[in-house]
Order: sequence, then C-alpha cells, then structure tokens
Amino acid sequence: MSSASTSSMPLASTGASLCRTLSVQRLKEGLIRTGLFACAGVSILTTFGIVAVLFSNAVYDLSPASTSVNGQVQHNAAFFQQVSIREFVTETRWTPQFSEKHFGILPLVCGTLLVSGIAALIGIPIGLCSAIYLSEYSSPRIRAIIKPVLEVLAGIPTVVYGYFALVFVTPYVLRPFFHDLLGFDVSLFNAASAGIVVGVMIIPMISSLSEDVLRSVPRSLREAAYALGSTRFDVSTRVVVPAALSGIIASFLLAIARAMGETMAVTIAAGQMANVTANPFHSVATMTSYIVNVSLGDTEIGSIEEKSIYAVGLTLFLITLSMNIVSQFVLRRFREVYQ
Amino acid sequence: MNSSPDTMTRTAIDQLEGYSMNAGRSDSAATRGHHVSAVVPAVRPVVTATSSSRLEQTVKFQTKSLDFFYGDNQVLFNVSLDVPEKSVTALIGPSGCGKSTFLRTLNRMNDIIEGTRHTGDVLLEGTDVYAPQIDVVLLRKRVGMVFQKSTPFPKSIFDNVAYGPRVAGLKNRLRLAGIVEESLKRAALWDEVKDRLNKSAMALSGGQQQRLCIARTLATNPDVILMDEPASALDPASTARVEDLIFELKQNYTIVIVTHNMQQAARVSQQTAFFFQGELVETGDTRRLFTNPTQKQTEDYITGRFG
Amino acid sequence: MSDLEVEYAGLLRQRHRIARCFEWCCLIATSSALLFLAVLLAGVIWQAWGWLDLQFLTGFDSRRPSSAGLLAGIWGTFWLILFTTIFTVPVGVGAAIYLEEYSREDWFTRLIKLNLANLAGVPSIVYGMLGVTAFVRMFGMISAADGVTMVISLGFGTLEIPLPLGRCLLAGSFTLSLLILPVVIIASQEALRAVPPSIRHASYALGATDWQTIRHQVLPAAVPGIATGIILALSRAMGETAPLIMIGALTYLAFAPGSLNSPMDAIEDPQRVLDAPFDMFTSMPIQIFNWVGQPKADFQHVAAAGILVLLILLVAFNATAIVIRNRAQKRISW
Repeated sequence: MSSASTSSMPLASTGASLCRTLSVQRLKEGLIRTGLFACAGVSILTTFGIVAVLFSNAVYDLSPASTSVNGQVQHNAAFFQQVSIREFVTETRWTPQFSEKHFGILPLVCGTLLVSGIAALIGIPIGLCSAIYLSEYSSPRIRAIIKPVLEVLAGIPTVVYGYFALVFVTPYVLRPFFHDLLGFDVSLFNAASAGIVVGVMIIPMISSLSEDVLRSVPRSLREAAYALGSTRFDVSTRVVVPAALSGIIASFLLAIARAMGETMAVTIAAGQMANVTANPFHSVATMTSYIVNVSLGDTEIGSIEEKSIYAVGLTLFLITLSMNIVSQFVLRRFREVYQ
Repeated sequence: MNSSPDTMTRTAIDQLEGYSMNAGRSDSAATRGHHVSAVVPAVRPVVTATSSSRLEQTVKFQTKSLDFFYGDNQVLFNVSLDVPEKSVTALIGPSGCGKSTFLRTLNRMNDIIEGTRHTGDVLLEGTDVYAPQIDVVLLRKRVGMVFQKSTPFPKSIFDNVAYGPRVAGLKNRLRLAGIVEESLKRAALWDEVKDRLNKSAMALSGGQQQRLCIARTLATNPDVILMDEPASALDPASTARVEDLIFELKQNYTIVIVTHNMQQAARVSQQTAFFFQGELVETGDTRRLFTNPTQKQTEDYITGRFG
Repeated sequence: MSDLEVEYAGLLRQRHRIARCFEWCCLIATSSALLFLAVLLAGVIWQAWGWLDLQFLTGFDSRRPSSAGLLAGIWGTFWLILFTTIFTVPVGVGAAIYLEEYSREDWFTRLIKLNLANLAGVPSIVYGMLGVTAFVRMFGMISAADGVTMVISLGFGTLEIPLPLGRCLLAGSFTLSLLILPVVIIASQEALRAVPPSIRHASYALGATDWQTIRHQVLPAAVPGIATGIILALSRAMGETAPLIMIGALTYLAFAPGSLNSPMDAIEDPQRVLDAPFDMFTSMPIQIFNWVGQPKADFQHVAAAGILVLLILLVAFNATAIVIRNRAQKRISW
C-alpha cells in the first residue's frame, strides 16, 4: 500500500460494541470492590479505635457527657485531666488503690524494664546463637526439623508460661540455686522467673527473624571470607553477623517490644508489688500486670483507678509502637541494601 | 608483609601441615614453626610436561585425572593439568564448561557446597590438598582467590585489607598498617585510597573494589592467586588496570585465571587451558594455543564458531 | 619462613579450638530452647497425671480441686473461636484480596500495609482496652443503666441483643477478631501473592472480570495458604487470656454460655443457641489462670490438667494446618 494515511479497504463490523456499558455485571463488580475496600479499612479503624480509646480515657475526654460542673471534676474526666503529667512522670510511688493516691508510672516502667531486661538476657544470646546455628551450620534437613519445633515455643499460650514460672522455675530452679546455695531472698512471686519464661518465649521470634536476616547476607561475602583463610567462626562472627547487624538489632527490638507487652506470664509469676527495684528476686508489678489486676478487681467505671489503666496502656502502647516502627524502618533499610 | 618477594616463595606444604602435625604438642609458637619446616621433606621440582617450548619450570599445582561431581551430576572429567610457578595460567572455554569448578577445587572452595565430591588428585607442590592432614584454612590462606563480582565486606577499606591477617591472629596495629599499605601498593590502589582508609569500601568504584579484593588477598601472603573472571564486570579502563596488575603480580605469584575473554587470556597468560563440557581439551603455551591449536574444538572456540 | 607465618601457624590450633567451641555454643543454645520445651511438656504431664479424667472434662468449676472441671471453659472457648472465625475470615480474606488484587501502590495502600505491621506488634492487652470501650460499653453512647435490648424473633426462638453488649461472649469474639485480623490479612496476602500471575492473565485473556478471575481462579489456588494462616491465627486466639480478662470474662463460672452443656441441648432447646453469644462466659486459659492463682496446692494439678487439654487442642489445630499445607504442596506444582 503506497499511502499510509488513507485506506481504501472497508472496515469490518460485527455489530458488537467495545464501548463501556453500564450493566448489572459492572455494578456488581463495583460493589464487590467497595466491600473489599471496606474490609481493608477495618485495620485502619482498629488503629483509630485504639488511639481514640486510649486518648479519650487517658488524655482528654472526648465524650459529650463530660463537663466540669462548678469546678468539680466529673467522674468521666480523663486521667490526665485529674493527674498532672508531671506527677505521672516524676513521682516514684504508684498507689492508686490506697487512700493516699500517688500516680507515678516509674515503678511500673521499672518492673516492665526489669522483666523484659531479664527476658532479653535469656532470649537474645540463645536466639542469636540459634539463628547463627540454623543459618551457618545446620544442614537443610536439620533446619527443617528444628525450626518448626522452635515455633512451637512461640505458639504456647502465655498462661502456660506463667504456670511454668510459678510452679517449676521458682521452686525448682531459682530457690535451690539462688536461695539455698547463694543465700538470696527469693520470694514466691519474682521478676526473675517471669523474665526467664518470657525470655524463652521470645527465642523463636529472635531466631527466626535473625536467621532470615543472616541468610540474606550474600553467599559471595561468605565465600570471599573463606577464600581468605577463615574458619567458620571467623566467617560467622567477623563477616556475616557484622554485615547483618542492623537487621539483627531490629529483631532484638521487636522481641523486646513483645516482651514488654507480655501480660499473663508476668501477672501470674511476677506478683503485683509496684516497687522501684532492680532486685530480680523481688515481686514487681509491670504495666501489663497492673492493667490485668485492675480489670480483675471490681473498680468502679469512671473512677480514677479505672482511668489509670488507660494512662498506663497509653504509655505501653507508645513505647512498643515506637520500638516497632524503629525496627521496621531498620529492617526495610537492611533489605534495600541486599536486594 | 615484612618479607621480600623471595621469602614469599617458601614451600607451601610445611605451612599446610603445620596444624595437624603439631596437634599433640604444646611447644611455643616459634619452636612449633621450626619443627614444621624440619619435618617436611624438601620439595622436589617437577618438570612440566606440557611446556616443551619453554625452559624447565617448577610445577606449583598439578591435578591428576580429576573428576568432580555435584551430587550425581559430573562436571569435570579426568582433568590433568600442570600449573607452572610464577606465571599466569588462563582457563578458557564456554559457559558451564567446568573451568570455574576446576578453579574452585584448587583451594577447596567447593567444600562449602553440600553434596560435592571428587576423585583424582589435586597436588600443591606434590602434596594432595584433599589429604586428611591438610588444614583447609591454611590452604586457602596460601591459595588466595578473587571472584567475578567484587565482594568487599561492608567495612572500611583498612578493615577489608586487614581482614586476613586479623583472623589469622595478628593484633598489632602497626604491623597491620604496614601490611595494609604494602598490599594496597602492590594492588596499585594505595595512591587512590590512602587518604580514606577508614571510609567504607562500598563507596569505591567497581574497578577499585576489585583491586581492593586483590589487595585483600595479597595481605594474607599467598603463593597462588586464583581469579574467577576478575574483570568481567568492569569497564574497559578498569579491566586494563586489573590486567596490568596481573602482569605485575606474576613475578611473585602463581596465578590461575578463568576468563571468558580470549583477548584477555592472550594478553595476560603464559599458559592456556581450554575446557569444553567438563573436559580439558587442550593445554599449552598461550601463543602456540591461539595461533596453532591442535584440537578441532579449540580452533572452533578461539575462532568464534561457538561459545 | 617469616616470623609472621610462624606466629600464624602457632595460633592455628587455638583458632580451630575457638571455632569448635563456638559451634558447640550455638548447638547448645539451639538445643537448650528445645530442652526447655521438653521440660515444660514433661512437667505439665507429670503434674496433670491422674487429674485429667472424664469428670474433669464434663464437670463445672468447683471450690474443691477434686471436683473442679473444665466444661464451662471448653464451651466458652468453642463459642469464642466459632464467632471469631465467622468475623475474621470474610474481613481478613477480603482485606487481603483488596490489598493484593485491587489496590494500586498509592499512599493509602502503603498506609494500610504500614498500619498492619504495627497492629501486629500491639500488645494484646491494648486490644482488650479497645474491646471494653468499643464493644462492652459501645463508647458510652448507650449508658449501661438505661440499656436497650433488641429483640429479633426467629422461627425457633428469639434473638435478644443487649445494647451495649456488656460483658458477653460476643464482645470477646469481636475483640479476638480484631486481635488476629492483622495476622490473618498478612498470611492471606502471602498466599495470594504466591499464585502465579500467569493464572490471572489466562483468565483475563478469556474475558473474565476482576471478581470472576479472583473468585474462580486465584482464590481456589490460594485457599490452602489462607487456611493455614487462619488456623494458626485462631490457635493464637485460643490461648489469649489478657484481652478477655479486660472484657470481663469470669474466672469462676459454673455454667456454659446459654446453659448449653452438651450438643444435645441445642437440639432439644434451640433458644439456648441464640442465648449463648450474649451470655456471660469464661474460657480455658482463663480457668487455668484462675486455678494457678488458687492458694490450695491441689489446684496446681487441676491447672496442669487444663493446660494439657489446651495444648492437645492446639497441637490438633497446628497439625491440621501442617496437613493442609503439605497436601497443597503435593497437589499443586506450578
């Protein structure tokens, strides 16, 4: 054909149109899409709900019924409308159930840090060593056996861990060793037993996250290290772990955040004494165990004691959320480097 | 590296066997070292069978009817090759012909991969490197390796070069600095990086990274350097620098290089071995092999009919 | 041989020893976690020995350890998980389908994905606080004092829905649903992502619409992966305690939700089925928690028996998930 612009050939026509038409089919597709979108929106609503509930009860009451009449604070005023943030942060006593009430979060934060610190002491070395073993030493066959078994540890309900801490760890491990042998005063409810079981609980989390990170270190780096006359120890500790360090630390952060939010094991095994103490053999109250204990008792709805759990919950939420965000950020940066 | 190039050409075996031969002793480090050299018999020079056109040369590496398997898959068939000392041997051949696998058997890098096995002998100065008393860590220190993709560790330039001596146990900062400087100078990188030794090695250009990897290998004071397509990922200018470097290094080191690039093989090597489908088809003086190949397959390959 | 080489050779034995020690350390660390698991299981079985009998499974809680039973908890957990499944599956899978199949990589999708990752890390007790306010008290929109009851007549009985919901089983199920939704969505997304695009392209090429493609091609292929994720999430919900305590699950309860004590009751009196979701409740982990806290020493054995039942159920759940996954891997090979 000599001319590209004009064709003498007639256009074929089947009569069927390719134009969009509004049909029942299209309407149905649109409805389904909207429905699915709504499902995805539930997660946003959940976050919004959590923030609103914590904020409304802890910081500033949002419900219309709360007004202060004649300078008298109504029952449903939020926690920080009744207690200053200054007291909350600087006071060292936490005694909402006494007649002389003090609301200093420090003892609870201290208890949480003590328990999660002990958990980290147990969980981080064991978790990291397991990760190194699984990624650098074990054969695929062994790994296929060990990994699911480790996951079982993560699937055991936390009440079971609490039971184990109270019924086995304290009487059969801590008391014989630290009390009978070393002369420490080990109380029945103590931070150490709770910390130990929470530490075991976070092992699978650390080991599986860290193993993923270790395995994403390129094989070529390992080969280069071996070619320079390294033992497997040199390769693991001087090349692979340093190369994966940011990702490993992110996994630690995630696990510690999990330990801080752990509730039942701590409620059962650590007791409920809100003390500022570093003694692992003493009873402590954590943020989570305080919330549970208030819920178990019959506190009046709208009372300051009931409101206080939201202030504690908000504190816990902010701490764990920031740790989660930081570790996700670090993990994403890490993956960008090696992919 | 406080030794002159001459002292670097010491026997390799006495080092390799050092570990296990002294397994039962508790002497001090120094005396142990002396014992080693006393126990090991003197190295016999082996006459190269293949290089009739050249002077008699000491054989550094020798493989005898080497077969190699990945699981049930045989990738090397009856490979017998002599690698002369202080020269460059190029391994050429199409992709998947087994030349890289062959290279990796020389310093036992294939040990890392599960399900590999071999039959036949790989002799370094007459000693089987797969013998049970051989310490693979020392073997790899003697027989360095440079990879296709530059693999700097995510550390500083200094720490990269100092890695080998450090894992070997050297802690003295001053001696480390000396080794790092000497290695970088030999790898012709010193002038470019001397002002930023503590900066990350990842920030270097591709060509610089590859020369850093060579420097890192030199720092462990090897006899032999194995290079697996060291310039294939580099631009022409960087390739030229690496080739110059190889040319320099052959005065002191035995070099085995795998390359896809036949011009490169012709430029840098004295001996060339042509691999095809896991077999060593032809080997000989580089100039002779490229101008007058005896095998049809070699001729087809070097004239570009396949590959 | 240079001095340096002599020094290196001398250190070699030590290096190998350190390397071996390190390998042993890693191996011991790994096995210590496994050992802990073994000791825990052995300890629980030892404590529960002789206490896990028919009376324990069919009886209600009691002040006397010898006659305490788990029935209220078993029924409570059954109803909780049933309703949690009913709420979670459509919403979770729907959200995953939207995120994987419909959404574009815009700011809203990124927000949802970031949000999901963070929700998965929120402590469960915080969900409990949300549940109390949102479901038990319904944000105080209807005060508990002048609560309303919605009555819906069905053929075989009447559905009486209290508003606000109060401390009822349904509020607990809603809370558990929100708790496991992020996990279910993330697992379902992964299952959908594993379906090769070629299947979708083939379907589109035949003129199918988006939903037809998903409904008939993508979803069936992803079902094993989704089911595995859901079962694992439900087994987590089954062991959850703290949020339910917040909701107000009772630690001591001598009846099952709706007074439905055996499956026969449901046939004899269908009204009980309709009552169950709005009744007070307890659950297995909550009963265990209660027994652990009892001063009488024998309750430790009762708690151990309860733990054993709970663990056996969890093992059954997980085994089902593993079987589904393995069968799917055998059946489908892309």
